[in-house]
Amino acid sequence: MSYVLGLRCKECGKQYPQKGVHVCEVCFGPLEVQYDYEAMQGVVTRANIEKRDRNLWRYRDLLPVDDTPRAGLNSGWTPFKRAHNLERVLGVKELYIKDDSANYPTWSYKERVVSVAITKAIELGYDTVGCASTGNLANSVAAHAAQAGLKAFVMIPHDLELGKVLGSLIFNPTMVRIQGNYDDVNRLCSEIADKYGWAIVNVNLRPFYTEGAKTFGFEIAEQFGWKLPKHTILPTAGGTILPKVYKAYQEFIKLGLVEDNKPKIYSAQAAGCNPVVEAIHAGRELIKPQKPKTIAKSIAIGNPADGFYVVQAIKQSGGWGESATDEEIVEAIKLLAKTEGIWTEPAGGTTLAATIKLINSGRIPRDESICVGITGNGLKTTEVVVDHLEPPASIPPKLDAFDAYLQADQAKKAAALHQQEEKLRTPEPGPFVAAGV
Amino acid sequence: MPVKVRIPTPLRTLTDGVDLVELQSGTVGSVLNELSGKFNGMDKRLFKQPGELNRFVNIYVNDEDIRFLSNLDTPVKDGDDLSIVPAIAGG
Repeated sequence: MSYVLGLRCKECGKQYPQKGVHVCEVCFGPLEVQYDYEAMQGVVTRANIEKRDRNLWRYRDLLPVDDTPRAGLNSGWTPFKRAHNLERVLGVKELYIKDDSANYPTWSYKERVVSVAITKAIELGYDTVGCASTGNLANSVAAHAAQAGLKAFVMIPHDLELGKVLGSLIFNPTMVRIQGNYDDVNRLCSEIADKYGWAIVNVNLRPFYTEGAKTFGFEIAEQFGWKLPKHTILPTAGGTILPKVYKAYQEFIKLGLVEDNKPKIYSAQAAGCNPVVEAIHAGRELIKPQKPKTIAKSIAIGNPADGFYVVQAIKQSGGWGESATDEEIVEAIKLLAKTEGIWTEPAGGTTLAATIKLINSGRIPRDESICVGITGNGLKTTEVVVDHLEPPASIPPKLDAFDAYLQADQAKKAAALHQQEEKLRTPEPGPFVAAGV
Repeated sequence: MPVKVRIPTPLRTLTDGVDLVELQSGTVGSVLNELSGKFNGMDKRLFKQPGELNRFVNIYVNDEDIRFLSNLDTPVKDGDDLSIVPAIAGG
């Protein structure tokens, strides 16, 4: 049973049947899946959702698939946890982490979009899937395609972290490194999809693919006890997840599954690639593309296709955006690790660093519920922290050597922690200006 | 040698399936206007109003986004490549 009515252009309203379609052929606008929400009333209920298995398909009524799910049967339902230690460090009352660094099987939020896209690719009769990727998407496409028995072509920028390259290669896709940045890869893939007729998940399956991102928001709402956090902070790259999490919240409100507490959504970007945050700060809807220069490669997309919709969702919700320098990103990665035991990649560091700035500038009140969206795993990007961690000491196998080492080390660590906490507690004065703008 | 304009799939219904059109040099604006004059319906696909491209139409001159150059005033010489590319989702 599917509630899908068809596809509709978000810009000009032209309607399409469900098929592998690139963009609106009239105005190039993105296509959005249309659902029959009326028919869902009274059927899509908390109780019916709760009866289903704990994976992202428990929300399948709100996903664009007709048949049995073919991928991601163990994906989603990632931890949503109260971050008491981080609350204490940041001086806030109620902070939660939605942790897709623990998503199965390739440790990022991309399992959500790929599970839906692969299922749809099979429904539509494709035998080859592909993607343009900054790494995480390639990992997920390669893994899910291997499991589903599809051929996979993954295209990535030539300078990705080794962990992300190996994280795809191991699943035996055809991988091509493109000599350019992500935006160049993206452009090439749109031409490849045209020419070869493959299901490129984020090109011609994009209307279905992006719907999978809603499950990040559905899970937050359900795991929070069928209510919404007042403030949700998400990273922005191409602009998929943020508007879709906002849509997820609005769908749950519309279906009466959660109360409408007017949730606010915030975008986090790296200062070296912040076209969306820059537009928000400038009060523009138009995104000026940028040439990315940041360690946060997974979100280094200078020409975000859905950037306009990110700005719209933020404006509608009353949220805001903030960017973080590379140094702040690394500090935030380390902070999340040592307070909450979560190792995230630079995208997650960016999100936490932006959250801290939004709290310190007063944009996010300290006494309201806050949810930080962590979308990727730090084990894939060891390069970014290797020079920022102290190498372990080497000592002789003698107890007195250990005693001496321990004494010196404890004194040093106490001083460093104190310094860091002071820094994070200090509110930044005046109106906020993003670094790098 | 004229300017080579690459036509993406969604616009080929207007060009009888032709994927490469050769046009006079000038500026991006003048080339796109000439293209619009040549194919019925092209104008509405590319432009929201005269001088303003639709939000999801990206134009590249020799692989560079014209928003990094001079937008529609970007000069195009004989032999240059001009591509029309729809924006697509990230990852």
